[in-house]
Amino acid sequence: MTDILVVLETREGALRNASLEAIGAARAAADASGGGKVTALATEQADLDAAVLGGAGADAVLVADAGAHSPDGAAATAVRVAGETGAGAVFVSATVRGRDLLGRIAAGLDSGFAADCTAIDFVDGGFVFTRPVYAGKAQIQVKVNGPVAVASMRGNHFAPAGREASAEMGTTSAEAGKAQVTQIAGKSGGRPDVAEAARVVSGGRGLGSAENWHLLESLADALPGAALGASRAVVDSGWRPHSEQVGQTGKTVSPELYIAAGISGAIQHLAGMSSSKVIVAINKDGEAPIFQHATYGIVGDVNEILPVLTEAVKAAVE
Amino acid sequence: MKICVCVKRVPATTTRVVVGADNQLDPTGVEFELNPYDEFAVEQALQVKEAGGEGSVTAISFGAADSKKELQKVLAMGADDAVLLTNDAAPHADGATTAKVLADELQAAGAQLIFFGKQAVDRDQHGVGPAVATRLGMPCITEVVKFELQGDQVVCEREIEGGRETVTAPLPCAITCQKGLNEPRFASLKGIMAAKKKPLEMKDVSLEGAAVEVVGMALPPERPAGRIIGEGPDAVPALIDALRNEAKVL
Repeated sequence: MTDILVVLETREGALRNASLEAIGAARAAADASGGGKVTALATEQADLDAAVLGGAGADAVLVADAGAHSPDGAAATAVRVAGETGAGAVFVSATVRGRDLLGRIAAGLDSGFAADCTAIDFVDGGFVFTRPVYAGKAQIQVKVNGPVAVASMRGNHFAPAGREASAEMGTTSAEAGKAQVTQIAGKSGGRPDVAEAARVVSGGRGLGSAENWHLLESLADALPGAALGASRAVVDSGWRPHSEQVGQTGKTVSPELYIAAGISGAIQHLAGMSSSKVIVAINKDGEAPIFQHATYGIVGDVNEILPVLTEAVKAAVE
Repeated sequence: MKICVCVKRVPATTTRVVVGADNQLDPTGVEFELNPYDEFAVEQALQVKEAGGEGSVTAISFGAADSKKELQKVLAMGADDAVLLTNDAAPHADGATTAKVLADELQAAGAQLIFFGKQAVDRDQHGVGPAVATRLGMPCITEVVKFELQGDQVVCEREIEGGRETVTAPLPCAITCQKGLNEPRFASLKGIMAAKKKPLEMKDVSLEGAAVEVVGMALPPERPAGRIIGEGPDAVPALIDALRNEAKVL
């Protein structure tokens, strides 16, 4: 029976969805271990709903009194609360902030850590985490030695418990940190981040030029919840920012639907997106490697196909 | 200012992964290179030293003896000296163990700034930089795309999901570097020649036992075979039908 602490991610007091998935992962893992308690910790002041967190799988919620996010402060708070609650495992979501906390919390607890987990099993009295390596070209199963298993959960792999329950709400004190977040600037356009989106529309050299990107943007606008992605070649050419790059030196994504437009499918790109549920490839070269990984393919010029596809998607989702 | 940069030898990103013995990558025919993100770390370390007009940049790696090649590259780019902490198990060491080894070495180094790549592109954990900083009682700013030194304060920006965050921290501080931070320089011929005369110290380190045990390794599950729906814009209606009625994602 393992009690698990989940460190939540909030922004301006609002909970991020990735945290609900991490709570869901913790609930399933705690149950598999024979019914441990799941405590969710907000390391900064936040406006949290006991029914939402309880429904996702948390038994208790603690909100710390820090005013702003400090990476080292948040980690120190988590380490202290892990001790106070007797947690046998600490989970975070594998977001930029979560990844930042992972190694710190493990070092603070003198434990090992497992990043970006996609599955958790309970074997012989301990958790076995499945996680990708080499940007998803392989996956490994690991056991974390040490008193507390510290792990981050990759997005789109775990679901909130979806139960009717209310978590017991409490407060705790925050540890001070030396690093401070002083400003957060939102991205314009309101499109979701490519690493988190359920649908991704990604473009490559086949679009011909940065000027043709509006074709891809129109398709993303037509698909609810779609994010924009790009191949490394396109980012290296300066057509798109690195924050949109999918692949080994960019982001690894696993959306429900990944549309690769004008992307040939270099091994580094495939590594970053081949765990997507459904992959659509559009490329003028019928021999392009992307077609070997695609669920559905259309051979042809993306610049001719995208406008037709956008109109058809609009009609389909209406 | 004393600056350290931690680097790692990793399989090239073009590597086709084959599962070998002991749940590790089969190294047969694999080419190795300096971890791509570490190049941004080296470049930033050199830029800070050059802007300050004084100080030194020490490159540190935990690896097997063959990691000398990657440290030579860092020296050729412009680092002043290098330390290779060697252990035969190093290439397969977990992040927490690696962080402990590096922190033990850095404890005595007295660096004001320690740069890391944001992740090594083998285990992809993003954890070593922040873990080292925690062991040293230092702040750490991760995945940095903009770095500025303002007196004894570091001001950085990083991309988070859906936004950009400004993070400040006092020196001494650790930084993990993201693509976009700078354009890493190439080693010049002069740099390559000079590197041969720069100090590269090798130190054997002992390991206490793994913090993480790898109990299985496999290639990702095969994707079910897909199909070409057709050619050109005429194939779009059939694609929409498949997405809607077969895959049920529309």
